[in-house]
Amino acid sequence: MSELTRLSAAEIARRVQAREVSSVEVTRAHLDRIEAVDGGLNAFLHVDREVALAAAEAVDAEIAAGTVRGPLAGVPVAIKDNVATSDMPTTCASHILDGWRPPYDATVVRRLRDGGLVPLGKTNLDEFAMGGSNENSAFGPVRNPWDASRVSGGSSGGSATATAAGETPLAIGSDTGGSIRQPGAFTGIVGVKPTYGTVSRYGLVAFSSSLDQIGSFGRSVLDAALLHEVIGGHDPNDQTSIDAPLPPVVEAAYAGARGDLAGVRVGVVRELSGEGNQPGVLAAFTDAVRVLTDLGADVVEVDCPSFTYAVPAYYLIAPSEASSNLARFDAMRYGLRIGDDGSHSTDEVMSLTREAGFGPEVKRRIMIGTHALSAGAYDALYGKAQKARTLIVRDFAAAFEYCDVLVSPTVPVTAFPLGERVDDPVAMYLADLCTIPTNLAGNAALSVPCGVSADDGLPVGLQIMAPALADDRAYRVAAAYELARDTSSGTPFAETIPEPAVLETTS
Amino acid sequence: MTSTVDAAPYTVEEVCERFDPVMGLEVHVELNTATKMFCGCRNEFGAEPNTHVCPVCLGLPGSLPRVNARAVEGAVKIGLALNCQVRERSGFARKNYFYPDMPKNFQISQYDDPIVFDGHLDVPLDDGSTWRVEIERAHMEEDTGKSLHMGGATGRIHGASYSLLDYNRAGVPLIEIVTRPILGAGTRAPEIARAYVSALRDVIQGLGVSDVRMDQGSMRCDANVSLMPKGATEFGTRTETKNVNSLRSVERAVRYEMGRHAGVLLSGGTITQETRHFDEQSGTTSAGRPKETFADYRFFPEPDLVPIEPSAAWVEELRAGLPERPWERRARIQTEWGISDEELRDLVNAGALDLVADTVEAGAPAESARSWWVSYLTQQANTAGVELAELAITPADVARVIALVAEGTLTNKLARQVVDGVLAGEGAPDDVVAGRGLAVVSDDSALTAAVDEALAAQPAIAEKIRSGKTKAAGAIVGAVMKATRGQADAARVQSLVLERVAAGS
Repeated sequence: MSELTRLSAAEIARRVQAREVSSVEVTRAHLDRIEAVDGGLNAFLHVDREVALAAAEAVDAEIAAGTVRGPLAGVPVAIKDNVATSDMPTTCASHILDGWRPPYDATVVRRLRDGGLVPLGKTNLDEFAMGGSNENSAFGPVRNPWDASRVSGGSSGGSATATAAGETPLAIGSDTGGSIRQPGAFTGIVGVKPTYGTVSRYGLVAFSSSLDQIGSFGRSVLDAALLHEVIGGHDPNDQTSIDAPLPPVVEAAYAGARGDLAGVRVGVVRELSGEGNQPGVLAAFTDAVRVLTDLGADVVEVDCPSFTYAVPAYYLIAPSEASSNLARFDAMRYGLRIGDDGSHSTDEVMSLTREAGFGPEVKRRIMIGTHALSAGAYDALYGKAQKARTLIVRDFAAAFEYCDVLVSPTVPVTAFPLGERVDDPVAMYLADLCTIPTNLAGNAALSVPCGVSADDGLPVGLQIMAPALADDRAYRVAAAYELARDTSSGTPFAETIPEPAVLETTS
Repeated sequence: MTSTVDAAPYTVEEVCERFDPVMGLEVHVELNTATKMFCGCRNEFGAEPNTHVCPVCLGLPGSLPRVNARAVEGAVKIGLALNCQVRERSGFARKNYFYPDMPKNFQISQYDDPIVFDGHLDVPLDDGSTWRVEIERAHMEEDTGKSLHMGGATGRIHGASYSLLDYNRAGVPLIEIVTRPILGAGTRAPEIARAYVSALRDVIQGLGVSDVRMDQGSMRCDANVSLMPKGATEFGTRTETKNVNSLRSVERAVRYEMGRHAGVLLSGGTITQETRHFDEQSGTTSAGRPKETFADYRFFPEPDLVPIEPSAAWVEELRAGLPERPWERRARIQTEWGISDEELRDLVNAGALDLVADTVEAGAPAESARSWWVSYLTQQANTAGVELAELAITPADVARVIALVAEGTLTNKLARQVVDGVLAGEGAPDDVVAGRGLAVVSDDSALTAAVDEALAAQPAIAEKIRSGKTKAAGAIVGAVMKATRGQADAARVQSLVLERVAAGS
């Protein structure tokens, strides 16, 4: 492993911009790393060495000419494959998009390019971001660098694993019910779901429009914040984008790293922090809360009784929107087309294509959502779920009246073995218990590693939730915690991520 | 079974002896905004297929809609002109169904909170009275693309061997205006349907927010018709007739459906709730797809858009800027021209009032303008089987013809030929005059020669004139007009005849 692939994004940026190392060298080191380890991890669905190196070369030339596009100019980044890229395929890990190449860049991709970042490739995910283990990908599961027999988490499993394994210093993910924070926790890195509406969704292939949010992965809080600032901010192409300044997340990451949380009120959400958690997860979480207290935070317990409705509400709202969002995949204009042999009607071609192109979890959610929106069921299902959503928003509002941030474990369990839950969707859905409320309410949350579980030696995530447009509060607490954690253990947590076994690849 | 067989239609009079008709009219109007409803593509009729498209109106994965503020303005203006209330907070909704010309397989529309609601339109009828049509709502939505079904005999999907899709129209802003059920119209139902659509067209044309061309599809009418036994209060099963592309067709379609429903019901059958297609040639309708009983559009709030919240101040600004309503204009015109109620009614009956007014505004005297529209042009419209307003001549053209007559370039007879030329698509009046060589022969030397020739041919008459019987000049004038094939000014010929006789020729 090259030293360059161990560096933080902030350090790479500094060195590239000081011309101590070129972006081409850094990019090549990461491409080599991908070549070496990704056969076993399956984090990437598409990598184009030439395109990536050409982009790096262009950035180097600019820097040589005295132009630095932004704080992360020259730094490689991986992009989840449900974000549209004009120079790479966009599959959503689904066969239904076979052969499609978007004619446009998503707003976040344009901002990455404008900021001088170097896209390495597109990362694996659960098909259309539907899943929490990355086992729903049409192109095979992503493996966890801590233990290749375990899941990476999902749906942004490829981005999380790629970042944890040093294939990229930074990655873009999307979080609809925990799809950034949960794989971040499972792979021992930082994953951020920004406030809904603060990072443009234009170009993110929609799963559930009212819940989807693009966010950043990094191996440190500062790295995640730096990427967050590049991609965030108002976009007129997304009407749900908030026309307000992005919270000062980088500044907050620096402020937190001064190590003082005096006067910060931290609420431990009782409903998410009890016996339902795996013992090792609960122990690591409890220890993290103690660290926050030591840093001067004022820790209290808060009740959010309506959070118990979050999972059922989510599993009605998200599939409902998905059933409509995914209707466009009908073989008429792009992607897979089955049965177009002159013997089938248009309707039959649509059906045959959708039957062949979508995987079982996607079909399950389309069916649930179609039913939840149907005339006889709407009020009892979709309508009631929206009411539950309102109650959850109120719980957050009440808790944030008293607390600056709320905390919980990110996931009640650690990364589970591949295949363990594939036949039990409800068990899979319950793993989203702690992350879903934030998506339903639209506020901000991140996951920062808080050590490993004593049960199995796997990483545990501390979830820090902040009010809408107060993402900086979560960053400040996370950065302070991160510093205290690494100081007390003597080793930065990112350096404890085990080297993944180089598996034999069958190419 | 009998319920689906087209019975011989009864006349509306026969229908209304036994039944009360109930109508509901849904009119779709395409706004003439520069760009589409949710993207920056041009909104233009008739362009090369699939040239005005982008990721948004093609519904490509990842694309998101953004609302065209001008379309919202158009919707609010239409609402205000129809005496509607404007909703303070109005959301979009998705209407979900699969169809190849709909790129996302859902249409962004509005559901339970349309932008404007609860209005009315006072519709002028042929007898000069008005009929108030209650407007339930008008809402914003996006148009679909167009399917062209190729290889079949009918141009419809059944029997076609393949279809072509043009997405230029996909995402064009559409306002759907829905009436409340129209009750108590009786035998006048077909007339009221036509008059309503006509009045609506006039109002929207006055606002300038749509081309309202039924022939190009920028205004489309779906007519819902049902019958209930006379005196009943519970509505019968309705059918929705689509593809009604002219004012006359609206009237014919309603008349046909009333007769057909009565035929089915009186023979013991039941009406199937369905959409029907109107056939312009035969004036009949045929069954389309069964509707509503099976279709579930699964409406839900559009999560990609935020609600529209028109400010009260903006709405009042738009209200203040509304043009004079057609009926108010009529009252003003009647006063200005000093015409009687009866004369006004004649103009309205002929569908000529606004045309005459526009002709007057274009500079013509009111009397000549009225005369042209209610006589010659009305005859031409009747011959062609179209509404007066559908004639291919504009009020400005008519005003120009009148001016040409007034300045002596045309005689009345020549003027009619010029109008015929305009109607035949030969261009503006001046183009027709030039193209057909229709200007009055005003060259005195040519006319003088013609007069001298006529006098020489009829010496007896020349003598009569010379003896003071000037009335006899008419025969010479007639001969000259004949010789010049009508292209001379008869008054000028008359004076030349007297001049030449006096001069002793």
